[in-house]
Amino acid sequence: MNSTMLDQIPRLPVSEWMANIISWLTQNLSWFFGAIRDGGSWTMDALTDLLLWVHPIVFILLLVGLSFFASQKKFGLPVFTLLGLLYIYNQGLWEPLMYTITLVLIASLLSIIIGVPVGIWMAKSASANWIITPILDFMQTMPAFVYLIPAVAFFGIGMVPGVFSAVIFALPPTVRFTNLGIRQVDDEMIEAAESFGSTGSQRLFKVELPLAKATIMAGINQTVLLALSMVVIASMIGAPGLGERVINALQRAQVGPGFVAGFALVVLAIILDRTMQGFNKDKSN
Amino acid sequence: MTTKVEIQNLTKIFGKKERQALELVKEGQSKDGILKKTGATVGVNKASFKVEQGEIFVIMGLSGSGKSTLVRMLNRLIEPTEGNILIDGDDIAKMNKDELRKVRREKVSMVFQNFGLFPHRTILENTEYGLEVQGVDKAERQEKAEKALDNAGLLPYKDQRPNQLSGGMQQRVGLARALANDPEILLMDEAFSALDPLIRRDMQDELLEMQDTMHKTIIFITHDLNESLRIGDRIAIMKDGEVVQVGTGEEILTNPANEYVERFVEDVDRSKVLTAENIMVRPETIRLRQSGPRVALQRMKAADHSNMLVVDKDNILKGYVTDADVLDAVKQDKKDLVDVVRTDIPRVTKETLINELYTLIHNSQTPVAVVDENDKLLGIVVRGLVLGALVKEEREEELINE
Repeated sequence: MNSTMLDQIPRLPVSEWMANIISWLTQNLSWFFGAIRDGGSWTMDALTDLLLWVHPIVFILLLVGLSFFASQKKFGLPVFTLLGLLYIYNQGLWEPLMYTITLVLIASLLSIIIGVPVGIWMAKSASANWIITPILDFMQTMPAFVYLIPAVAFFGIGMVPGVFSAVIFALPPTVRFTNLGIRQVDDEMIEAAESFGSTGSQRLFKVELPLAKATIMAGINQTVLLALSMVVIASMIGAPGLGERVINALQRAQVGPGFVAGFALVVLAIILDRTMQGFNKDKSN
Repeated sequence: MTTKVEIQNLTKIFGKKERQALELVKEGQSKDGILKKTGATVGVNKASFKVEQGEIFVIMGLSGSGKSTLVRMLNRLIEPTEGNILIDGDDIAKMNKDELRKVRREKVSMVFQNFGLFPHRTILENTEYGLEVQGVDKAERQEKAEKALDNAGLLPYKDQRPNQLSGGMQQRVGLARALANDPEILLMDEAFSALDPLIRRDMQDELLEMQDTMHKTIIFITHDLNESLRIGDRIAIMKDGEVVQVGTGEEILTNPANEYVERFVEDVDRSKVLTAENIMVRPETIRLRQSGPRVALQRMKAADHSNMLVVDKDNILKGYVTDADVLDAVKQDKKDLVDVVRTDIPRVTKETLINELYTLIHNSQTPVAVVDENDKLLGIVVRGLVLGALVKEEREEELINE
């Protein structure tokens, strides 16, 4: 009986609503999305060209040097970086690697630029926290593929929609960890800052952000790795790079090339993760 | 004397039904009753007192008595629910943000129980903080901060981080930081409670010494009666958010306002039953008529003392001699010590409490003589013994507290 009663309620047109919202946005804000698409792809092309202009050997040595300092002058990570990047070069994946690095860099940068201020806002305002937390939950639990659809509607195919969907997917950790980091600052630190007559921004920049830095950096680390994983998925809508090779291999059921590109992504992820963690540890000590 | 800080009917209520609870407070209901009726906690209940310019005013109470809430309302780290806080006649409670910030920057500094030092800043940068937020330029604020650190004897550590310093040193930095912008009022919230007993005592001494030259108005929060008695010019005792008595240590000990204060004072006194008799030692003495200057000098050398007590044949205390005086007497070829005996030696009975001994001995060049009603010498108390006994007592107190 229950089921018949439930069946009498007409199906809510959620699908139509979403489609209408997206198409309304596409039509009415096309000038806006167009500007972003053009500016974005110009910037990313320029960055990729710059990265490709640097000789691979110079590039590899730079990254090895960076990882050497990040790991407090130990040899494990630098050796891994050297061998890993040589492998990628050897497999003819250097150009896709540069595209992937561009996408990850831009997506991470945008996530930080948006995420840190939003996190600060959430830490300062209970109502902002109350409103934004469910939005973050939504962003994180919605299957990543779903973002690809409006991304294509807004920006067509290519790097820009890839970055757009990567930012949505990778943003939440930075926001959450910034919020958490600031809320975790010891009450006595806040009281000390206040008791000397700090203004709000003095308190934020001189006390709260420095003390929250390690936590915020952990969030940014997460964001970068999520951006990397989304950049691979975004290859389905034409984002170039290592992910494109994986998707191609998948479509043709080629095990070999699939793993070759997959290994390259793993190498990149480990280098990014360990290097960032190294710097974070270094700073917090 | 002028009044520096005055609070009138200062009240803080934590919880939702603030208005309703406030009415009950005005009706004079108890903290427990209000909690039961409204669910709101009365942090501070109509507290009123005046603090004079240049005095150390101690607010004492057990945990939960509202003393920390009270001190935080003085610079509005906690917003008062009702009441007035007058500093130099201006009501802090009614100030807007900018006025309040100005007071915090220029008039009132705070020292915290767990030091409140910023771990990401060096000692110097910590000390500069108050000046930095005021916008004082770098050279000037560094100079002032270095001077404040120098006064605390901490200049060599200026480039270290707080966690590289011991607790006592960290709190010296906390104090130096609070003093760097030359405030008129110092709020000290359990400032020495996190320190070891001996260090705590040193810090109390340093605070008193500093106060001799600086004459700040200090409001000091503590749960320790001994500390209150030691440093406080006047003491306010708090219980359940109310100020139950304000007075000098002497007044509070001799004339407790109510049963609560009495019990409080008794509790602490019980741990102070150690008297001079318990810690005195057998003295090295010289018989006045029997020994001349040469014997005295020889014995002082042998015992490695710079002074020695002088008694007559019945062991009645006559005074003491110093090595310099005795040496002069030897040079002048005198036959006895009568001319060089000094009599300004503190005398106590064997019932004297150890805490009284502490002050006596602190101000005395000689040991303290313990005598009976006929001035017969029973023993002496030297500085090390008093300190030792006090430390032992504090240890025992702490063990009991744990």
